[in-house]
Amino acid sequence: MTYFPEEVVEHIFDFLSSHRDRNIVSTVCKAWYRVERLSRRIVFVGNCYAVRPGRVMARFPGMKCLSVKGKPHFADFNLVPHDWGGFALPWIEAAARGCPGLEELRLKRMVVSDESLELLARSFPNFKALVLVSCEGFTTDGLAAIATHCRGLRELDLQENEVEDHGRQWLSCFPDSCTSLESLNFACLKGEVNAGALERLVARCVNLRSLKLNRAISVESLARILARTPHLVELGTGSFTVEHRAEAYQRLIHAFRKCKSLKSLSGFWDVAPRCLQSIYSICPNLTVLNLSYAPAIQGADLVKLIRHCFKLQKLWVLDCIGDKGLAVVASTCQELQELRVFPSDIYGTGTAAVTEEGLVAISSGCSKLNSLLYFCHQMTNAALITVAKNCPHFTRFRLCILDPGKPDPDTNQPLDEGFGAIVRSCKDLRRLSLSGLLTDKVFLYIGEYAARLEMLSIAFAGDSDKGMVYVLNGCKNLRKLEIRDSPFGDAALLVNVGKYETMRSLWMSSCDVTLGGCKALAAKMPRLNVEVINDRDESDEMEENPSDMHKVEKMYVYRTLAGARNDAPEFVEIL
Amino acid sequence: MEAAASYVKDGDDLRDTELRLGLPGTEAPEKPAAPSTRGSKRALQEDGDMESRAKSRPLEVDCGEAPAAKTQIVGWPPIRSYRRNSFPPRKVEAEAEAEAAGLYVKVSMDGAPYLRKIDLKVYKGYKELREAIDNMFKCFTQGEVSRKEGCSSGSESAITYEDKDGDLMLVGDVPWEMFISSCRRLRIMKGCEVRGLRTRQYS
Repeated sequence: MTYFPEEVVEHIFDFLSSHRDRNIVSTVCKAWYRVERLSRRIVFVGNCYAVRPGRVMARFPGMKCLSVKGKPHFADFNLVPHDWGGFALPWIEAAARGCPGLEELRLKRMVVSDESLELLARSFPNFKALVLVSCEGFTTDGLAAIATHCRGLRELDLQENEVEDHGRQWLSCFPDSCTSLESLNFACLKGEVNAGALERLVARCVNLRSLKLNRAISVESLARILARTPHLVELGTGSFTVEHRAEAYQRLIHAFRKCKSLKSLSGFWDVAPRCLQSIYSICPNLTVLNLSYAPAIQGADLVKLIRHCFKLQKLWVLDCIGDKGLAVVASTCQELQELRVFPSDIYGTGTAAVTEEGLVAISSGCSKLNSLLYFCHQMTNAALITVAKNCPHFTRFRLCILDPGKPDPDTNQPLDEGFGAIVRSCKDLRRLSLSGLLTDKVFLYIGEYAARLEMLSIAFAGDSDKGMVYVLNGCKNLRKLEIRDSPFGDAALLVNVGKYETMRSLWMSSCDVTLGGCKALAAKMPRLNVEVINDRDESDEMEENPSDMHKVEKMYVYRTLAGARNDAPEFVEIL
Repeated sequence: MEAAASYVKDGDDLRDTELRLGLPGTEAPEKPAAPSTRGSKRALQEDGDMESRAKSRPLEVDCGEAPAAKTQIVGWPPIRSYRRNSFPPRKVEAEAEAEAAGLYVKVSMDGAPYLRKIDLKVYKGYKELREAIDNMFKCFTQGEVSRKEGCSSGSESAITYEDKDGDLMLVGDVPWEMFISSCRRLRIMKGCEVRGLRTRQYS
């Protein structure tokens, strides 16, 4: 192969779409490494602390798209203290120096300051797309900088970020000459936006296909917008509060009828059930429907809506849909691939909304289902075994029984057998989240059968170190392991230290790992960062030199080429 | 019985002399520790013993307690803060309950020995409401309550209501929707008090 001219090799590499494949070919020989690194356009950094930004830019000078992820996944659930890290600025600075041709930047769970957004806006003349997911640290001033300076911006996608509102003028900063927007998502912004400026903006961006509005946008404004954007494919509505007899509502229905390309709907923040009728005309074309922010819609109205949605592939919904509602989904949505059922009653004061019955119904109707996130009040082994039989194609299976450590209510047994059936049957399973009462046995099953598993989330499970050992020794493709409130200690942590260099990261909180165990791990494996994260209110009260027997509250271990990071706050100790 | 036995088991002599609510011999329920206190960083673990952890699971204590007493575990259930903060679920529930339950208000008639209760949501407007009230209190009145403005020609009675500010108002002045959202109770006034109302109305 090395006798081929480099252009040919490069052309062959063009067919490699996955990062993993490109990473592998670059290790074959020096020539391939060189060809690959100069031709790589899309770079993915799964852990921002695994490698120095400068090194990435130096290796891939032709980079056009960069994705970086920051905080560990459990940061989503407030388990990582606020100032832990994950700053975007060093990455943007390095890219500004080393890859000024950058066109797309995707950041997840990172701290993005207005300063970094301003630098971004000024440094990349060809910049086209900015996607921020679960980030924080910026305000609408930063967005104003992006709008002002990024000529030719095609995509601005803000998903579930914490953004401080500094006024509505940011949207007006898109110059009149800006006509290139194809995707605009500001659903997570809390503040108002200049409705007139928005309407003019969408009217002149003729290629706009995806628009997700925030809660502040009224129905009147939505109707006017839709009238100007009949080619929209994805829409996130605003608040959707309207009196169904109002003129605006009639105009809205009319506008929806004109939008023949709409395939994806979300938003519906405050919609009254009666107003759902306005979208019945679009439902038969919908492939994606997200009603998970609409608590006012109860089961019966949801069902009426879903009966029209027979092409649905992805459905996100609240558990007020109920088991009966899920049965309707099962009979209507034969094409369903992804289902997420979120809890509407987080503190468990209401009646059970969905149980194992709903899941079993879904599994018998939707044979193409491959991705599940299901919050429920109870689950049985029998149900899981049935689901495993009906749906062998799961790649992502995340089950959350709201009451931690709850057994099978019919048999009072742990759910080991149920989850065992899932991992045995679903040979392509890549991601698994466990819940309910679980012993070491479930981990024996996981270690033995879940050969393709890449990410495993464990909470309140297991009896002893053996559980964790089964997983570490068994799952050869494991990349991310996150554990909370489970009885795994130093013996498990240290049984297979080499394993952690094959993984992206390990998180353990409220387990039985001690400081001594963490130190031992750090000593054995210099290319791992072993971070001990102390809760901030405790760090003042902690002794100067806590003993090695002291149990570590939170530990985050990750492989890295960059050594200990220099931006760690004082409550993080890197061993 | 059970309570006395646990007294003895605990061997805590001071309990006998402890001031508490409830009859002697009953145990007041222990409050579960809040997760934010230092002692219970591990969700609800009562003792740091590893063995006991293997046997007992957190939140098994809650079996008998009312759901509202369930302690919150940090980061559980695992939903993103963004979603958690997006809507307060409890409020929605309370509202939904109110929706389903109807709008029951007491109706009293001056001189009648007992009151009635009606669901305002059931009526479409003032006419229906007056008819219903007529029917309810027919046995107590000689004449009928007049249809217009709550004032009658014969027995001088008027339907009034107490609004959410506590003021006494005449039924029929405001639009129906506004009325049912502000009405707290109804009162059928009789005799000279009605004349007083009417005079005030025209002054």
